[in-house]
Amino acid sequence: MLVKQLSVFMENRPGRLYKLTHTLGEEGIDFVTLSIADTKDFGIVRFIARDNDRAYEVLKKAGFTVGITELIGVEVEDRPNALAKVVQLMEESDINVEYLYSFVLTNHNTAKILMRVSDTDRAVEILREKGIRLLSEKIL
Amino acid sequence: MAKVKDYIYRPEFECMSRPELEALQSERLRKTVERVYQNCGPYRAKMDACKLRPSDIRSVKDLAKLPFTVKHDLREAYPFGFYSAAQSEIVEVHASSGTTGKLTVVGYTQNDIGVWAEIAARSLAMAGVTEDSLVHVAYGYGLFTGGLGAHYGAQKIGASTVPASAGNTIRQLTLLRDFGATHLCCTPSYAIFLGTEIEKAGMNIEDFSLIGGAFGAEPWTYQMRGELERLLHIDALDIYGLSEICGPGVSMECMQKHGNHVQEDHFIPEIIDPETLEPLPFGSEGELVFTTITKTGQPLIRYRTRDLCTLYDEKCACGRTTVKMGKVKGRSDDMLIIRGVNVFPSQIEAAIMNVAGVSPHYMIYVDRVNNLDVMEIDIELDGNLAPDRVSEIESIQKKVETEVNSYIGVSARIKLCESGSIRRSEGKAVRVIDRRG
Repeated sequence: MLVKQLSVFMENRPGRLYKLTHTLGEEGIDFVTLSIADTKDFGIVRFIARDNDRAYEVLKKAGFTVGITELIGVEVEDRPNALAKVVQLMEESDINVEYLYSFVLTNHNTAKILMRVSDTDRAVEILREKGIRLLSEKIL
Repeated sequence: MAKVKDYIYRPEFECMSRPELEALQSERLRKTVERVYQNCGPYRAKMDACKLRPSDIRSVKDLAKLPFTVKHDLREAYPFGFYSAAQSEIVEVHASSGTTGKLTVVGYTQNDIGVWAEIAARSLAMAGVTEDSLVHVAYGYGLFTGGLGAHYGAQKIGASTVPASAGNTIRQLTLLRDFGATHLCCTPSYAIFLGTEIEKAGMNIEDFSLIGGAFGAEPWTYQMRGELERLLHIDALDIYGLSEICGPGVSMECMQKHGNHVQEDHFIPEIIDPETLEPLPFGSEGELVFTTITKTGQPLIRYRTRDLCTLYDEKCACGRTTVKMGKVKGRSDDMLIIRGVNVFPSQIEAAIMNVAGVSPHYMIYVDRVNNLDVMEIDIELDGNLAPDRVSEIESIQKKVETEVNSYIGVSARIKLCESGSIRRSEGKAVRVIDRRG
């Protein structure tokens, strides 16, 4: 029930993001999501591609430092307080949200939340108990 | 106008005629050779290998018959194998960093501490230090000889000595101003840094009492002197030394500000061709070699300093008759001097290799920012990592930082780079880019 995501280590300097996106674009690989965590010297680009496995292969071959991570994905109604509820569930169980991003797909009236937490198994259990809809890769 | 009044601390030795000096040197050399042959295993082996007996060395003219000593010899004998005195006679031990993390150790007897205090006192006298002076020592105190060397010299003269040691710029400035320091001893780059911080600290150089200083432990230029003198309103003089030979004071610049007087009644200097190892005449540039002739703990015979410079025997207007050495042009090997500390790229490599998550591909950049040496090390992250959390990467960075600092004693900014981004060189790897002018 987890969603695979690719993470790429990148130096924080001009041209690097272009090289990544261009390398995948050349291979006809489409992004579903993309987010960047940045520091002064480096960034970590996190994304989900239409074909994660192929994207991983392509990037490895091109010399990128890339890894695959599994995230929890949930679907909530696209309205105020929906995200807060999910975060609250984590907080109540003392589970730390390490990072999180959300997106809305066209033709959907729900918002998708992707997050990495300190205890994935327990988080999944809690979300299930509370009837929160979990995403799998296919739904993306 | 000169602020410092240079005076000759020990005219009976510093102003000897050449024949008198050579007679004294010859006598002291004979004693030293006898001592090392009888007491120091490595020296006996070296001399035996050349079929030399102590009696073959009768005067300074015979110096060139003796074999050289190199840093490697000292490391081989780590830690105390180069002593020529009994352990019980050693009263102080210093050490400087080496290429493999192994230290070069130097043991001092009470006699040697006396020699050191003497030459440091003569040096500080050139900067006008008297018993009325207040000498602020901002060299690091510790295994590094800078701090204690200046300290012993200032105390020998009878000046008030402030052992401030290194670091904490605001406190340094406050002490300098409030105590009314007349002299400052530290690395030239740190002195310039102090000078540039005065205004930022809301202080005024007019409230300081500084007139001079002895600056060394790293090569510096005449341009830097100009800057230093302008910033601190002082006469800034160059002090030279190396722990293997004694520490600061082996040579010191007089107020003629043109070359450092070598304390020749304690150390015999030579210039050799680093390729052929043949001694070169005065006025030629080559590698500086010293023989200590008054030390008893760990005397060194024909020690190759790796420093390239020139010796001059022209008469100096200050009245001293000792030879002078010109500015050190550079090292004949790959050693870097950063904030007065000897750093070898191989040490940095060794430190990096202790940390998981990084590759052995690195590049060292040395710059001078605000007149202070700064080092940045770019290292490639291991390409097989799967980096997802920022904290993971930052913890690798932190580990490298800590490791480098504990290995070489100098902090460096660590920048982690993408795998494959550091230029691979063909043949001899270029690991260091020194951008200090």
